[in-house]
Amino acid sequence: MLEWLLSPLSYTFMQRGLLAAVLVGILCAVIGCYVVLRSMAFLGDALAHAILPGVAIAYLLGGNLLIGALVAALVVALSISFLSRKGDVKEDTAIGILFSAALALGVALISSIRTYAVDLSHILFGNVLGVSSANLWLIAILTVIVLSILLALYRPLLVVSFDPVLATTLRLPTSLLRSTLLVLLAITIVVSLQTVGISLVAAMLVTPGATAYLLTRRLPIMMLLSGLLGTLASIIGLYISYYLNIVSGSAIVLVSTLFFLLAFFFAPRRGLAWNIFHHKPIGAK
Amino acid sequence: MALRALEKGVQSDLMKNIIINSEPARLEFDQVSIAYHGAAATLQDVTFEIAHGDQVAVVGPNGAGKSTLFKALVGLLPLRSGSIRIHGMPLGHHQDCVAYIPQREEVDWRFPVRVQDVVMMGRYGKFGWWKRPSATDHAIVQHSLTQLGIADLARHPIGELSGGQQQRVFLARALAQEPHILLMDEPFNGIDATTQEVTLQLLNDLRQKQVTVLVSTHDLTLAAERFDKTLLLNHRIIAYGSQKEVFTAANIAAAFGGQVLHLDNDLVIDQCCPGKGDSHA
Repeated sequence: MLEWLLSPLSYTFMQRGLLAAVLVGILCAVIGCYVVLRSMAFLGDALAHAILPGVAIAYLLGGNLLIGALVAALVVALSISFLSRKGDVKEDTAIGILFSAALALGVALISSIRTYAVDLSHILFGNVLGVSSANLWLIAILTVIVLSILLALYRPLLVVSFDPVLATTLRLPTSLLRSTLLVLLAITIVVSLQTVGISLVAAMLVTPGATAYLLTRRLPIMMLLSGLLGTLASIIGLYISYYLNIVSGSAIVLVSTLFFLLAFFFAPRRGLAWNIFHHKPIGAK
Repeated sequence: MALRALEKGVQSDLMKNIIINSEPARLEFDQVSIAYHGAAATLQDVTFEIAHGDQVAVVGPNGAGKSTLFKALVGLLPLRSGSIRIHGMPLGHHQDCVAYIPQREEVDWRFPVRVQDVVMMGRYGKFGWWKRPSATDHAIVQHSLTQLGIADLARHPIGELSGGQQQRVFLARALAQEPHILLMDEPFNGIDATTQEVTLQLLNDLRQKQVTVLVSTHDLTLAAERFDKTLLLNHRIIAYGSQKEVFTAANIAAAFGGQVLHLDNDLVIDQCCPGKGDSHA
């Protein structure tokens, strides 16, 4: 058993990959709690696809793909915030417009590059085993920064998410906080690019948070549980990917989904199975 | 040295509080108009003044602008013209002297917070965003929960409570906020008798504490019996003053229009089916 667990770690690429997957697993899962509670799943998915033009431009200019992605994600996140600020355009409409425009631009740019096939599949589905040590450092630093900001802004973000009216009476800068959350989300998505790729980021953001939500009704515990589930899914997923030789992003997301299904059916008090065996009338103490 | 500076800071904070508390908590609307994008004005040329500690019922048909009035007062909606002053100063100069109890439909009851977490939010503005709540803060939260009879529910998630209990959570939070002005949007809509009694009891307590209270309600009897003054609203002010001044047949007809039915000597207001033209909320 120990041998089975340790032997993959004798490869440097596996060590780096595991570290990257764990960092991304925690980061996505923690910020994902806000994504679940504020119904931002569509936004997360849109942001992920909107980074494509940034990646393409960075590729054409020979720059760092992660930095190109980061710039594109920030531009789109802030544009969504700006367009829907006054209420003339609804937020999901703004997301829909910008997301498709960015995706179209990205595809247009990429189709002009002749040798894009391999790199594009890495962008779409991730390549955690190809993480360079420079990129691992970037992932680690960004993870620490985003988690620190989330921790520091815990109470303001809690109030803004739960009760925007109270936030206003307490004179919190509500739109600044919303934009901050968008920027943090954009950074998170870019960081996840390496492990799961843009097509599966939404699952990394939403699934652990949704699972934790089934298990607790306290935000700090939900974040802790979510982070734990995200980490566990990343580790198990990567081992499965190593031994069964399947794409690591898919393995991680499938493990995460399995956790969700287990919680959905067997969670104490809320799960389907629990309710069947402990049937009680609604409203009873 | 640093300690002394800190003490000084605390002292000047105390001074500030004392000065603010000794000022009359006057609330003034001066020719306030509010309009949503492109639409006709929801509130038009609204001018009134509420004295320190008065309890005012805000009455009007659906879509008359009652919620809009409250939201403007909290600073949620921009004014098209006019001004709102609290303590003689325009909005935005006050930390959190206004507490707002939203309509139940506006709250996400599935949010993962417990009753005591919600009530503690009322203290955030007092003890700072990055500090731990003090023993006093905990005591105030506990006291508010006890006063509203939900102390035994403190550790329950808000989603598990009944409608009336949920409303009491928000009342407890408003109490913990120690506001000068309290706004309650339709607190008597669809609640159980206990909660109604607790709410009215709370209004009595707040009267002793000299908190200015504005309550929007459909219940005209309640407005007439339990409040110092009534503000009759239908986009503009129809009448404002004591029960006698406000509840005249002419005023009621002006506010409610076709919804008023004359039955012998009584006026009956048909509030279940607002007529055309009253439908935009």
